[in-house]
Amino acid sequence: METPILEMKSITKEFPGVKALDNVTFSVRTGEIHCLVGENGAGKSTLMKVLSGVHPYGTYDGEIIVEGELQKFNNIRESENAGIAIIYQELALIPELSVYENIFLGNELTNGMVIDSNESIQQAVEILKKVGLDVNPLTKVKNLGVGKQQLIEIAKALKKDVKILILDEPTAALNETDSDNLLHLIQGLKAQGVTCILISHKLREVLAIADTITVLRDGKTVVTLDAHKDLVNEPVLIKHMVGRSIDNVYPKREKLPIGKETLRLEDWSAFSYALGRDILKNINLNVHAGEIVAIAGLMGSGRTELAKSIFGNPDRYRVSGKAFINGVEQKFRDPGEAIKASLAYVTEDRKGNGLILIDDVKHNITLANLKEITEGGVINENEEILVANKYRTQLNIKTPSIQQKVRNLSGGNQQKVSLGKWLFVNPGILILDEPTRGIDVGAKYEIYTLMNALVQQGMSILMISSELPEILGMADRIYVMSAGKINGEMPAEVATQEAIMELAVDY
Amino acid sequence: MEESKQTTSTTDRFRSLLDIVKMNISDYFMFFALVVIMIFFTITTDGVFISSRNISNLINQMGYIAVLAVGMTLIIVIRHIELSVGYLAGFLGAFAAIAMTFWGWPVFAVIPAVMVLGMLAGMLTATPVAKLGVPAFVSTMAAGLIYRGALLLVTMGTGTIVIRDPIFNAIGNGFIPDLPFLSGFLPGRHKLTLIFGLIAIIWYIISAIRGRKTKQSYNFAVPNTGLFILQLVIISALIGYIAWILSGYNGISWSLVILLLVVLVFQFITTKTPLGRHIYAVGGNPEAAELSGISVSKITYIVFGAMGLLSSLSGIMYASRLRSATTTAGLGFETDAIAAAFVGGVSAAGGVGTIIGSIIGALVMMSLTSGMNLMGIDISIQYIVRGLVLVLAVVFDRITRRNR
Ligand SMILES: Nc1ncnc2c1ncn2[C@@H]1O[C@H](COP(=O)(O)OP(=O)(O)OP(=O)(O)O)[C@@H](O)[C@H]1O
Ligand SMILES: [Mg+2]
Repeated sequence: METPILEMKSITKEFPGVKALDNVTFSVRTGEIHCLVGENGAGKSTLMKVLSGVHPYGTYDGEIIVEGELQKFNNIRESENAGIAIIYQELALIPELSVYENIFLGNELTNGMVIDSNESIQQAVEILKKVGLDVNPLTKVKNLGVGKQQLIEIAKALKKDVKILILDEPTAALNETDSDNLLHLIQGLKAQGVTCILISHKLREVLAIADTITVLRDGKTVVTLDAHKDLVNEPVLIKHMVGRSIDNVYPKREKLPIGKETLRLEDWSAFSYALGRDILKNINLNVHAGEIVAIAGLMGSGRTELAKSIFGNPDRYRVSGKAFINGVEQKFRDPGEAIKASLAYVTEDRKGNGLILIDDVKHNITLANLKEITEGGVINENEEILVANKYRTQLNIKTPSIQQKVRNLSGGNQQKVSLGKWLFVNPGILILDEPTRGIDVGAKYEIYTLMNALVQQGMSILMISSELPEILGMADRIYVMSAGKINGEMPAEVATQEAIMELAVDY
Repeated sequence: MEESKQTTSTTDRFRSLLDIVKMNISDYFMFFALVVIMIFFTITTDGVFISSRNISNLINQMGYIAVLAVGMTLIIVIRHIELSVGYLAGFLGAFAAIAMTFWGWPVFAVIPAVMVLGMLAGMLTATPVAKLGVPAFVSTMAAGLIYRGALLLVTMGTGTIVIRDPIFNAIGNGFIPDLPFLSGFLPGRHKLTLIFGLIAIIWYIISAIRGRKTKQSYNFAVPNTGLFILQLVIISALIGYIAWILSGYNGISWSLVILLLVVLVFQFITTKTPLGRHIYAVGGNPEAAELSGISVSKITYIVFGAMGLLSSLSGIMYASRLRSATTTAGLGFETDAIAAAFVGGVSAAGGVGTIIGSIIGALVMMSLTSGMNLMGIDISIQYIVRGLVLVLAVVFDRITRRNR
């Protein structure tokens, strides 16, 4: 057998109170696509950070061997020089800089002292071709969609001579089309001889492109499967990941007769001063008690903007039209007023505007509803601990303690904290924006079960999602948005992925 | 519950104790540094530094900077800066002097009036920041120029304005009275100061025991009895020692009374109330705070308003200490307050920093000044040393925090 391009032997990595990796062994063959799967907090990202020198040599135990040579990376630069490039779970582009500036950030091409922009732009065009992206290199990154931004991240990684490309949940924020694009690109890179390590919670895409699959659970390697020889399918993977089988990812819910109308929008439009154009146009929709209503659509179709415009309009769009909450017309001036009227909004961007990363789990969970634990103007910190522990148990948040800073949690567990925060508000209308982004299959099942329980109790849920199976599996009714308009509405029973996509791409 | 899980072996227990120390080292480091600095100066000055008279003086000199440092901490916590506080303090001090000396206002009307004025001034400065997103750096620098001009304007005809009101002048120079009927007991000591020290100790012990009892009633893990008693003893001894030192020279000054009240109120607000949580949330992530129903602009107004109020207190304390309003009053106060806040562990990235930390920061900086003065070190060297200490404190804070 040929020597593997990468071998990680007996890797152990501890953080205060957590053993993130426990004697992990991980071996990658030259030129393959190797997928790494496992529950939230299993240690996937940590393993890759060890490999790429984010956690430098000496802070972990074990050996890293690249192409037969023992490596002791002290920082990212050293791993880059050894041909390893990593694209993190969160995008790391600078929105205000142009595409080419981002690509060469940190490795600017210079002509003596000054940056050689002409040369940079020319090379950028070449690199962009490699990832099949047709954009002007002078465009500011903030003006591009997430899918294109993700490709730019890859382009940035590819400008160096890359042997091993690591992608940590690159498709988490992408819709189906963009995801397919990206997977295609990865297969293309494989053909050019680049070895890829891919972390993903989307098992369908893992099964579609993996040559080898390694499953981690609780910081340990459970199994490494050869996708071409061994029997691999979703149930098998799930069983290895979670330790039990899950038959139906979308738990069934008893249909109750729908309740009274809780939210209605009439001719709802919004104009963004920042963009200088209308972002929402004459939207009419309604949601009832006991109902899960989904909003489907492509990235940039205005779904998040719609949610925010309802939820107190924090971005200060110029809004027209009418919004009725429980039959009463409301004009919220800020999210605080929306919360008082029993609305809650779980954002799609947990790091950007969902959580206080430098604060701990318990403070984050109680932040939106402090009055619940305040007596005579003073916060009862003991009650707070009870509340936080309740949601930690209910949502199975993996953390050594509720005093842990949220920034130290794995991506999926951060999402659960964000969810717990809004459940504690006990809203009448819960707006979920990509609620299961970055969440593992087992936890997804738990969250769906929870959503079902909530609507059974009479809550209304408005769910924005880019995952069509999730929409079809969970929603009672579906609106499809495109370019700021509602393009169509359908009951879930008759909806199909094709029907939704057709409306979504029809401007 | 994991927190209550008992570790078995003593080595394990020791390791976890080490972990705790490591985790919190940056929280306690400045306190240790303060103790070291004080011991150092006590040795180099043959004990003059720690004498009752010097400590009493040090506290009175620190008062008008420390109250500013408290407000500045919150300003920096919400990711802003306030450069006008020194000039505002100077101007408000002059305003108080004019009101008393030329307009004949009674002191008990002047003080609240000046405080309200300070608060309004702070909120006015905050308006462009809160409403339009103008950088606080610019808005407060502009305000500083205006107050500086205003101070020069009102003192133009008169120059230094002498204040003759004895009550006003007691704020910066006077001490709380003693109990006359105890004069035979412990001669040379200020009895009321000792009694207050005792009350503080008892109050501290009772509330600590109460807090522990409530935690136990919730079935939460508490530090073991030995550690708890050790903590009680150390803190009680500390309070007792401070009271003892102060009682050796006139006792508690009115400046200290004001400072303690300010610290108590702000410590309470920041650690116990929703408003405090909201302030730290806005500093930690303004977008997330806004989406959690917290009005960022409202918090901005409140914090700048509080800063203005504290500037007025600072101005009053300073004018009172000098028994006059001068044309240069308040010059450079903002630098000292900002330095104290940073030495005390506040982070410019927002969301991090405590009131107690800044007070310790102010004490460190003032101890350096006082100690070096006693040693007869030239002012040029003093500046250099204070600059070095400031940058070292911040560097240390960075390093210890990064690993978490
Ligand atoms: N800097 C850190 N400090 C403390 N604990 C950490 C740190 N980074 C990771 N952890 C912990 O290590 C464990 C593994 O985290 P990791 O991010 O590798 O999970 P993951 O498998 O990538 O999960 P996800 O699918 O949710 O992204 C988690 O329990 C996490 O809380
Ligand atoms: Mg991860």
